[in-house]
Amino acid sequence: MDKRVVITGLGVVSPNGTDLAQFRHAIRNGISGIRHDPQLEKLLFSCQIAGKPVIDDERLQQYFSPLELRGLQSTGIVYGVIAGMDAWKNAGLEPAAPDGTPYWECGSVFGTGTSGIDKFREAIYKVDDLQIRKLGSTVVAQTMNSGVSAYLSGKLGLGNQISTNSSACATGVESILMAYERIKSGKATLMLAGSTSDSGAYIWGGFDAMKICPYQYNDQPEKGCRPMSASARGFVPGSGAGAVVLETLESALGRGARIYAEVLGGHVNSGGQRGSGTMTAPNNEGVQRCITMAIKEAGIGSGDIDVINGHLTATSKDVTEIRNWAAAMARQGGAFPYINSLKGMIGHCISAAGSIESVASVLQLSEGFISPNINCEDLHPAIAQLVDPKRIPTACMEHDFNILAKASFGFGDINACIIFKKYQHG
Amino acid sequence: MDKEEFISELKTIVTPYTQEPEALDHISEDTDFIKDLKINSANLVDVVLDVEEKFGIEIDNDAMARMLTVRAAIEIIEDKLAASGRE
Repeated sequence: MDKRVVITGLGVVSPNGTDLAQFRHAIRNGISGIRHDPQLEKLLFSCQIAGKPVIDDERLQQYFSPLELRGLQSTGIVYGVIAGMDAWKNAGLEPAAPDGTPYWECGSVFGTGTSGIDKFREAIYKVDDLQIRKLGSTVVAQTMNSGVSAYLSGKLGLGNQISTNSSACATGVESILMAYERIKSGKATLMLAGSTSDSGAYIWGGFDAMKICPYQYNDQPEKGCRPMSASARGFVPGSGAGAVVLETLESALGRGARIYAEVLGGHVNSGGQRGSGTMTAPNNEGVQRCITMAIKEAGIGSGDIDVINGHLTATSKDVTEIRNWAAAMARQGGAFPYINSLKGMIGHCISAAGSIESVASVLQLSEGFISPNINCEDLHPAIAQLVDPKRIPTACMEHDFNILAKASFGFGDINACIIFKKYQHG
Repeated sequence: MDKEEFISELKTIVTPYTQEPEALDHISEDTDFIKDLKINSANLVDVVLDVEEKFGIEIDNDAMARMLTVRAAIEIIEDKLAASGRE
């Protein structure tokens, strides 16, 4: 029989809060983590604002040894290790003893799009400068995509599957679903799932070159990312990491863990870059199918969804996304669920988006609030035609609810949707 | 530079890499980097790079493969310094 899977730990490194307490405060109060970025200005980017977590040296030293910190330039590994270890601790778990056996029943799926891009850049310059012998020993560990899951498994002593998934901006939701499947099928008892994304010009440059980031808000960064608004001008690049601990309900109850939510199910698919789908645009049929399949796999009806945390990046595709949700659920106007996007506060954290936003979703579900859609005071008229504006709160709402649907969509016409349910204690 | 000074310099260099810091108290010419100091073998290349930087020498692949103990390291450093006309 399939196992029930619950979430018992959360960790996050976000542009607007680098631990769970700061993050909760920020998303309740609509606090932006988007700031002017001097590096992007110096390098003549069109968009010179970004969402970048600030981690000081003292914090770094709590997670990495002095040796690990030497030449550590993979911001994605830094964010992922901090978020992952925080989630582990938040779940009431300890790392396996250094001289003991690993936790054979615990694994990790921790995704990313690239790893250690600044380290990679340094290595490339050295190689071309005939300095191959001076690369040092950590280029591989910092630049292999699975670096983040390798660091985490070593620090925690995880002995089950250790993998890094990569599916563009859907990575974070996919990682949680992959971990969920592994537990559900009985191959692991507990999994650390999440995703991370590097910071900086070399990761964000490609998006700037595509002219999909706003250049109009360089002098007012906090206004720059405007999901669902008529004045949305593109997504603001971001970075960070989100992590959740998933385990069987049995295991959670057995060890008396705090249960934040249950994962009812979900779905990942692709529109195959057919129909309206391309490398960068979704096949609407694929998106709708992903949502309806997620609802079906969760064993609920589309009328049961109380709140949606959308992908909603603040591009012209926001309208398309709302149309797809409305069509997939056959719900419109006042019957549409509440919906929000976190990206107004943190920007689009690329491969980390799905996991950071899932942490936000689970917090909202377990604590009974809906975080505000900031910079959406001028709701896009095409969205207002489909959804009652009251369903798109611009101030934080205290609201107890049962079921949240979270979706992320990515380059390559990739979709992921997960359904979280409030866990009824006792 | 005498042996004691070499050992002291090497001790400073290997300190961040050792997983057995107590063993540094008894470091001598006989100390083995991997067996005694529990330095991860992957980090030996970093030790070599740090030695090169400290002494302003270049250590070739053959010498690097031999540099597993404090004694071998001192011999190699002395050779390279002598070859470059420095003592």
